[in-house]
Amino acid sequence: MLRSLLLIPALCCAAVAAQATPPAVPAAQSLAATCFNCHGPHGVSTAAIPSLAGRPAASLIALMNEYKSGQRQGTIMPQIAKGYTEAQIQLIAEYFAQQHP
Amino acid sequence: MQSRRHFLAGAAAIGTLGLAPALSGCASTARSAASKGKVVIVGAGYGGSTAAKYIREWSNNTIAVTVVEPGDAFISCPVSNLVIAGAKTLQDITVSYDALRQRHGVNWVQSTVESIDPAKRSVKLANGDTLQYDKLVVSPGIELMFDTVNGLKAANEQGKILQSMKAGPETLALRRQLEAMPDGGVFAISVPPAPYRCPPGPYERASLVAAYFKQHKPRSKVLIFDANDKVQSKEPLFKKAWAEQYPGMVEYIPDHKVVGVNAARMEMEFEVNDPVKADVINVIPMQRAGVIAQRTGLANMNARWCAVDYLTFESTVHKDIHVLGDSIQISPLMPKSGHMANQHAKVAAAAIISMLYDQPVNPHPVVMNTCYSMVNFQQAIHVATVHQYDDKQKTFLTVPGSGGISAGITEIEGVYADAWAHNIWRDSLS
Repeated sequence: MLRSLLLIPALCCAAVAAQATPPAVPAAQSLAATCFNCHGPHGVSTAAIPSLAGRPAASLIALMNEYKSGQRQGTIMPQIAKGYTEAQIQLIAEYFAQQHP
Repeated sequence: MQSRRHFLAGAAAIGTLGLAPALSGCASTARSAASKGKVVIVGAGYGGSTAAKYIREWSNNTIAVTVVEPGDAFISCPVSNLVIAGAKTLQDITVSYDALRQRHGVNWVQSTVESIDPAKRSVKLANGDTLQYDKLVVSPGIELMFDTVNGLKAANEQGKILQSMKAGPETLALRRQLEAMPDGGVFAISVPPAPYRCPPGPYERASLVAAYFKQHKPRSKVLIFDANDKVQSKEPLFKKAWAEQYPGMVEYIPDHKVVGVNAARMEMEFEVNDPVKADVINVIPMQRAGVIAQRTGLANMNARWCAVDYLTFESTVHKDIHVLGDSIQISPLMPKSGHMANQHAKVAAAAIISMLYDQPVNPHPVVMNTCYSMVNFQQAIHVATVHQYDDKQKTFLTVPGSGGISAGITEIEGVYADAWAHNIWRDSLS
């Protein structure tokens, strides 16, 4: 209980600090949000499409590159992966790696 | 679900309640930031709901959002063809607005907008109230142009000839017509000239009605009269499904534009060809931006669609009014789909937050579309596109080599289609 109370001010100030430098939505978040429709909000899926949240960035990047190159088969992802740049894939992967599964 | 961001927003909210004296410094900052702006959203379909959620979430709840929506729950147009075919219920495609109200703190008014005054930045509601805004989001979907087909308005009002492209009562009414139709009957559906809502929708509907007939009324026929010269989405896959799964049952007839209906004789009338009789007639008329967009002068493209700045989805007619979803003038190869409306909404949400905070907007937005169509009760096909913003042409362009349609008709995509609906409803509404 004490621990959670101590946590609150720190988190509150963190949130406010984020507002002081306005919450202009980070590019990574906007990019990752293009995946939410199918993979669930914040990459947490509750259906047959796999979750992305909490997966290591390196493995997500490798997966996307394999889809892009045709090394990995898939129904829809080979086509979608080819639409994103390397830099965008990296930002997206880093975003999902930081989300709680 | 419980992301760090949600938790932070929650913690900030606790701070504003002044639970702990030690928090007062933080709390006052949070409170002043909470008056960062007022956004009013007209319509809570895929576009409006998603915009409401993400403006709240991504602004750390510092921007007030009020939604004006006449319906008491969200009813999805995607998946509604499965209700028409009897494989799902209307309840299965209905989602409550409670999470937007309760979890995200969106103010809710169940009403319709009578008029918008862009100069005064105010919105007059049918219930008599007036709302002020800093930013207005207009996401009203489509208006069906019944007057483009002789006799259709009256036939539709009598419930004889349905459109069922706005999911809800007409979804169920069409289901009942199909149930009442005797075996050996004819179901005729007409496709309007493109662009229209959900390019593969009419073809999916024809396929699923055929799936229902195959099981229950095997001597019946499905006729597709297309005003266009070819199937508008996933053409080879739909044609494969009709040829292989519904031989002799589904007939596709291109270049047939319906110009009239005779409800007494149950006939469709065409521009050049002879009239055709059917037992159940489903006419999908031409469409344009929703009524309120027309009335506000936002539909500046052929008096049908609303041109927007694709970086922000701000109208090119009125400042501080952003238009989303089916109402907009689309960029090349961009479909009018629920998925796309959700993607428009996220670009607009980020841009609106930046604009209210006097920050530059994201100069490189990306949107993508995924659309699954069921060809029977288990198997589906998809089309996908990825659209990157192009600085020079100031529009979204599909990435060469990306996107495409399914390699074949599969059950795994049927499973994904169901998962897509489940997740996009969570993304837009929870």
